[in-house]
Amino acid sequence: MNYTMATVLASPMDRPIGSRYDEDVVRLFVIAATFWGIVGFSMGVLIAFQLAYPALNLGSEWTTFGRLRPVHTSAVIFAFGGNALIGTSLYVVQRTCRTRLWGGDYLANFVFWGYQLFIVLAASGYVLGITQSKEYAEPEWYVDLWLTIVWVVYLAVFIGTILKRTEPHIYVANWYYLAFIITIAILHLVNNMAVPVSFFGAKSYSAFAGVQDAMAQWWYGHNAVGFFLTAGFLGMMYYFLPKQANRPIWSYRLSIINFWALIFLYMWAGPHHLHYTSLPDWTQVLGMTFTIMLWMPSWGSAVNGVMTLSGAWDKLRTDPVIRFMAVAVAFYGMSTLEGPLMGIRQVNSLSHYTDWTVGHVHSGALGWVAFISFGALYFLVPKLWRRQQLYSNRLVEVHFWIATLGIVLYITAMWVSGIMQGLMWRSYDQLGFLQYSFIETVAAMHPYYVIRALGGVLFLIGGLVMAYNFWRTIRGDVRQESRDTSLAAPPVAAE
Amino acid sequence: MFYRLHQFAEQRAFILAIFILLTVSVGGIVQIVPLFAIENTIERVQGVRPYTPLELAGRNIYIREGCYACHSQQIRPLRDEVERYGHYSLAAESMYDHPFQWGSKRTGPDLARVGGRYSNEWHVEHLVDPQALVPASVMPSYAFLLDKRIDPDDIADHLRANRAVGVPYSDDMITSARADLLAQSDPNADTTDFLARYPKAAVGNLDGNPANVSEMDALVAYLQILGRMVDFTDVRIEDLTQ
Repeated sequence: MNYTMATVLASPMDRPIGSRYDEDVVRLFVIAATFWGIVGFSMGVLIAFQLAYPALNLGSEWTTFGRLRPVHTSAVIFAFGGNALIGTSLYVVQRTCRTRLWGGDYLANFVFWGYQLFIVLAASGYVLGITQSKEYAEPEWYVDLWLTIVWVVYLAVFIGTILKRTEPHIYVANWYYLAFIITIAILHLVNNMAVPVSFFGAKSYSAFAGVQDAMAQWWYGHNAVGFFLTAGFLGMMYYFLPKQANRPIWSYRLSIINFWALIFLYMWAGPHHLHYTSLPDWTQVLGMTFTIMLWMPSWGSAVNGVMTLSGAWDKLRTDPVIRFMAVAVAFYGMSTLEGPLMGIRQVNSLSHYTDWTVGHVHSGALGWVAFISFGALYFLVPKLWRRQQLYSNRLVEVHFWIATLGIVLYITAMWVSGIMQGLMWRSYDQLGFLQYSFIETVAAMHPYYVIRALGGVLFLIGGLVMAYNFWRTIRGDVRQESRDTSLAAPPVAAE
Repeated sequence: MFYRLHQFAEQRAFILAIFILLTVSVGGIVQIVPLFAIENTIERVQGVRPYTPLELAGRNIYIREGCYACHSQQIRPLRDEVERYGHYSLAAESMYDHPFQWGSKRTGPDLARVGGRYSNEWHVEHLVDPQALVPASVMPSYAFLLDKRIDPDDIADHLRANRAVGVPYSDDMITSARADLLAQSDPNADTTDFLARYPKAAVGNLDGNPANVSEMDALVAYLQILGRMVDFTDVRIEDLTQ
C-alpha cells in the first residue's frame, strides 16, 4: 500500500471540485486532536500508576510525577481539547455562516502550526522544570506571549468569518465558540501577568502575591473549565448533536437564556476552589452562591441537548456516534450537579484536597469533554475525507463501551478514595485524638489508585481503537460487518 | 426585551463580542479588585519578611519540581487540620509569595508549617529516598538535588524582579544577595548581619556537604522557614479579623 502522510493530508487537488469551504486546516486539527489525545491519555495512565507504584518515577528528574502532571493536564486540556475546539469551530463557523474562512488558508494554517508550537514549547518546558506553578496556566512568560499572538489571530479568523457571513443570523454554536475565544483571552492575559527575571531566562515572578494571586488563579482556573471545557464544547454540542441526530435544536429560547446566564454566572464561581482558606469570607460566600446558581444554566444546556434527541431516540440503538454524544450530555449533567454540590462550603470541607475533586474533574473531562469530542471527530472524519461511512461502526461501539467502563472505574475509585481519605483525616478516637496519621491515609489509597489507573488504561485503549478506525476510514476501507443490517446506521444526510 | 436585545446582537458580530466581553467581566471585577483595595484582606501581624536568597532559590526548586501538585500550604480553620498541622494559615503569611503555593491537593501532607518540625538531616534523607523513612510514601526521590549547584551570580536579579512586583527587598538586601546566599549554608560564615536582615532563617550545614551550595541546601532552607515567620504567641484574635 503506497499510502503516505501526504495522502492523509490530501492536497487541494484531491478535493472534489466545488468544495465550498476551507477544510484542509480542519483535517490537520482532527489529526492533531487524535494524536494529542492519545499522548495525553498515556501520560495520565503513567502518572496514575506512579501514585500507585512510586518506583515508576524512575529516579530521574525528568520523569517525576511533579513534572509530568502538567504534561498530562496540558496535553488533554489544551492539546487534545484545544485542537478539537479550534478545529471544530473553524468547521462549524464556515458551514453556519456559509462562507470560507476569513484570511484563508494562510492565517488558519498559522493558527494551527502556531498552536502546535505552543503545545510543544509548554510541554518540553514542564519536563525541564520550566513552570509558573499556576495550575492549568503553567507555561512561562515567553510561551504565554506566543500563545497570545496565536490566539489573537484565531479570534480574527473566527470573527472575520462571522462578519462576512451570508446568513443573517449568527448560529448558536458560534456564540459559544466566540465566548470561549474572548474569555480565554481575558483570563490568559490577567492570570499570567508576570515580571521576567531577565530577557534571556525562562523564569518570571507573578505580578500578584498570596491571597490576590490565589483569587486571580482560581478565577482563571475555574473559568478555564467554564469556557475552555464547557462553553467551547457546548458550541460543539449545538452543532454536531443536531447534525448527527438530524433534528433541530429543541429550544432556541432556552439556548439564549442558558448562554447569557452561563457566561455571566461562571465568572463568579472561582472562590469555591478556596473555601476555608485565607481568602476573605465575603468572597467565599459570593463564590458559593453563584456556584449553586450555575447549576441552572448548566442543566438548561444539558436539557436542551437531550431533548434535541426527542424523535430520534431510536438512533441511540443504531448509531454509536449518537451514543457518544448523548452520554456526553448525560455526564455533563451529572458533573454539573456534582460541581455545585462540592462548591457548598460544608461539602467542600470534606472534599477539598482529596481525590473526590480529581474524580469530579475526570467525570467532566472524560465523560463530557472527551465523549462529545469523540462524537464530533467520528462525525467529521468521513465528511472531511469524503468517505461514505466510517471504516467500522462496530469499532465505534467497542470504543464506546471500553471507554465508558474506564470512566466508571475511574470516578467510582476516586469517589471512594476521596471521601474515605477526607473522613479519615477528620476522624477521632475515643480519647479525642486524631485517629489516623497522614501516612495511614496514604496507604489506604493504594487499591483505589490501582483501579483508577486501570480505568485510565481502558480509556486509552478506546482512544487507540478510535485512531485505528480513523486510519482505515481515511484509507477508504470499509469493514464487512456481519451484524443485522436492519440495525445498521442509516446514512447521514450529506452536507 | 431580553430576547429583542439578543436578536439585535445575534445579527452583529462586534456587538455580540462586546456584550460577551461586558457580561464575563463583571464577576472578576467584583471579586478580584476589592482584594487589592480592602485593607483588612491581609491581617496585620508581625514577622512576615521576604525570603532569604537561598530560601527564594529553594522556593523556585519547589515550584520547578511541581511540589504544589501534591502538597498544599494552606491550613483551614477546621479542628482536625489545626490539630494536625498547627494554627490555620493567614493571608499575611503568603503576602510575598509570587506566585502563591496554597495548592489544591493533599496527596502528601500540608507543608504550611513544616518548618522546624524535622531536622535538616531528616529532610535530606527523606528527599533522597522517601520510602527509606516513610515506607508507605508515594513520593518520588529527589536525590539529584544533592548534585546540582545553585548559581549565586544571578540571585540578585531574582530579588530585583521580586522587588518589581512588590516584595520589599531593600537595596542592602540586593547588594548582599550573593554573599547572603553563600553564607546561609556555610557553617563557618559569620551570619550576624544576615540574620539581622532575615530573622529566623535556618543557617549552617543544611545538606550535609559544606563544600558547595546545592539545590538540596536551598530546598531545605525553604522548607525550614515555612510557617515560622509569624510568632503566634504574640498574635491576638483581633489582629486576625479580615
